[in-house]
Amino acid sequence: MREAVDAWTFVMAAYAVGVGATLGLVAWSWLTMRRAEARRDQSRKR
Amino acid sequence: MHGFANPARFLRIARWLTPLCLGIGLVVTALALGWGLFLSPAEKLQGETVRIMYLHVPTAWLGMAGWIGIAGASFAQLVWRHPLAGIAARACAVPGAVFTAVCLATGSIWGRPAWGTWWVWDGRLTSMLVLLFLYLGWIALARASEDAGRGAGQGQGAAPAIFGLLGAINIPIIHYSVLWWNTQHQPPSITAGKSAIAGDFLWPLLLAMLGFTLVFAGVVFARMRAILADQQAEARLRRKAGAPGDFATDFEPAF
Repeated sequence: MREAVDAWTFVMAAYAVGVGATLGLVAWSWLTMRRAEARRDQSRKR
Repeated sequence: MHGFANPARFLRIARWLTPLCLGIGLVVTALALGWGLFLSPAEKLQGETVRIMYLHVPTAWLGMAGWIGIAGASFAQLVWRHPLAGIAARACAVPGAVFTAVCLATGSIWGRPAWGTWWVWDGRLTSMLVLLFLYLGWIALARASEDAGRGAGQGQGAAPAIFGLLGAINIPIIHYSVLWWNTQHQPPSITAGKSAIAGDFLWPLLLAMLGFTLVFAGVVFARMRAILADQQAEARLRRKAGAPGDFATDFEPAF
């Protein structure tokens, strides 16, 4: 016998994983880039 | 393409292309996912879970596209010794691994209500899992190779490039796995020139693929800029210390 499942729970879980990971990746990459470029600009001034 | 491989020229273009790709990509992705989540209909057999497809298919595509990027860059590094090729491969690896992991996770979440199980060892799922392990191995190898090269005052070695080319053999295996083996995973719904998906589902899916691809491109550009900036700062310190620099970063970009 198959248990009753609420499809929307699975849909929301998938969107939370997918959107969260994508936004996290974008934020991480952007901040890493900004910090690295700031370090480079600082090393030029020294 | 050879002209674009000049780091200074690349930086001039990437400076405006990075926010453009990320901005448009995020907006298009949000519109596509909103369309898929709230406006597109439920499917007759899959019901509401069909909405997971708008995330799962683009991330599967980008998981494979990331490795195709690594393999292409590896080829350019080995054959033409492009100064940006190794950097491009490194920039593709992490987003490729993240999207492969998201593809596996969303596929597993979809599989529970649709198949009654979180996981089956069928050809498509297993070859995607192998792709994730290839990414993790490649990232570790590239980091070790970079550390060894930095110690010797050189750039990234050839080992990750060879691994990148050899690992590309998994891409056709993933693609044809649903045709070669009688698997749980359904055969491809979109092939060259035709689609088995109705327009109500196809258009938000294509829009999501476009949005995610732009986000992926923006992330790769951002990561390339970060690697280049790190190498430039380090090369400057090396020059001040009188040590040999990296061939890829011995230049002064015109800002």
